[in-house]
Amino acid sequence: MIMLFGKYFLLMRDVIQRPQKWRFFWKQLFTEFYSLGVESLGIVAIISVFMGAVLALQTAFNIDTPLVPMTMVGFTTRQGIVLEFSPTIISLILAGKVGSRIASEIGTMKVTEQIDALEIMGINSANFLILPKISAAIIINPFLIIISMFLGIFGGWLACVTTNLVTSHDYIIGIRSWFDPYSITYALTKTVVFAYIIASVSAFYGYITKGGALDVGSASTKAVVQSSILIIIFNLILTQLLLT
Amino acid sequence: MIEARHIDKSFGENKVLDDVSFLFEEGKNNLIIGQSGSGKTVFMKCLVGLYNIDQGEVDYDGRVFSRMKTKERKKLRQEMGMLFQGGALFDYMTVEQNVMFPLNLLTKQSSAEKLDRVNFCLDRVNLNKANNLMPSELSGGMTKRVAIARAIAMNPKYLFCDEPNSGLDPKTAGLIDELISEITKEFQITTIVNTHDMNSVLNIGDKVAYIANGKVWWGGSKEEILSSDNKKLNEFIFATELTRRLKK
Ligand SMILES: Nc1ncnc2c1ncn2[C@@H]1O[C@H](COP(=O)(O)OP(=O)(O)O)[C@@H](O)[C@H]1O
Ligand SMILES: [Mg+2]
Repeated sequence: MIMLFGKYFLLMRDVIQRPQKWRFFWKQLFTEFYSLGVESLGIVAIISVFMGAVLALQTAFNIDTPLVPMTMVGFTTRQGIVLEFSPTIISLILAGKVGSRIASEIGTMKVTEQIDALEIMGINSANFLILPKISAAIIINPFLIIISMFLGIFGGWLACVTTNLVTSHDYIIGIRSWFDPYSITYALTKTVVFAYIIASVSAFYGYITKGGALDVGSASTKAVVQSSILIIIFNLILTQLLLT
Repeated sequence: MIEARHIDKSFGENKVLDDVSFLFEEGKNNLIIGQSGSGKTVFMKCLVGLYNIDQGEVDYDGRVFSRMKTKERKKLRQEMGMLFQGGALFDYMTVEQNVMFPLNLLTKQSSAEKLDRVNFCLDRVNLNKANNLMPSELSGGMTKRVAIARAIAMNPKYLFCDEPNSGLDPKTAGLIDELISEITKEFQITTIVNTHDMNSVLNIGDKVAYIANGKVWWGGSKEEILSSDNKKLNEFIFATELTRRLKK
């Protein structure tokens, strides 16, 4: 366990350095924007719309006293989406999708000696391969999360309007009441930390893979499990730090 | 010239190299032979510094790797070319991009110069129509040849080949051996080749080291190898019917 931490920090020391050639870094960064960001849009959109809808419906069903105004539905949905669902749950989904991809890509390069081939050319392979991935995740995930927020709130609206449980007017009043901009800061701070966890932990498990194709598979499983656990733990820590 | 002096290397309890010394000469095909699992790959990776050695030193024409600073090592690395067992081509790049990769990253040449060099190297390994193929479209022999082209792109002084002809048919294997040998002589490279193939030994073995159980048991040339009375060595080289007949 301690060995693992040590190895992780040693790897990060190699990763976080000036790229040898910026041209390669930028090129790689944009490729990663695409493969980590754009290719995740679909799943993020679908999950956000449906979760927003469910959140809104459940809130609406549970309001059975006229003392609570129906505008609560919009408010609760917004709070749930912005504070927790988008930054945390979507990050967990991304840990599965993006994390396994990063770990298997780097793991394959490791077991097929492509990483050794980079090293033998005098290239810092950790920096060359991992820095663009971490940077891309940190930059692109906040956008994904903001998109998820809008779509989640939209999903809630769609559910309310199509079921006639809440009027469009009430829902919109709800989502506009008691809005604290700090909640966005809080959500995006979490997102950035989670993005770093996903990219760096997955890259780490890929990088220490030994053996063959089977080991690449198990590295990618480990990457997803460990980054998910870390996300949950850091969610608690960051919530303590940022909201108290 | 590369000299390995008293190298020890263990992985946990498993001592893979135990006080290994050997002199690899310039302009020669230096072969490391031994059974599968005897430590050939580990030895080679210790020489090039992909693995840290526990004891001993590796001397590159008077430059001792373990005593060098990171910057000097990087420079030395640029004088090395290595051919990995599976080829280790970058699988998201074309053949041309693979061979050009070290030039792109490590030199300041113009695009035209780089392309010239790439075509020269590909031509040298008899692959002149493959520029735009992806590694997944190549046969085993072609993969090895592209890997050789990439390894010689930077004009290396030292060339390392890990089982260059494993997994190839005897004819293609022979061609790859010839190619490595020609390049070695042509550019006076210090070449080290790992192999378990007796054909390669008899074909291009200018200087041969036999390793088993973490030690070098015998050193000599292809002319001497069949007549040696080293018991350990004979167990290995006369394991096949072919070599036994040759002996007679
Ligand atoms: N990275 C590693 N970690 C632990 N053990 C290793 C590692 N690489 C090689 N070994 C062990 O070293 C021994 C020699 O392996 P190797 O050099 O690959 O043999 P070969 O002569 O077939 O190339 C084997 O017992 C292998 O299990
Ligand atoms: Mg080997």
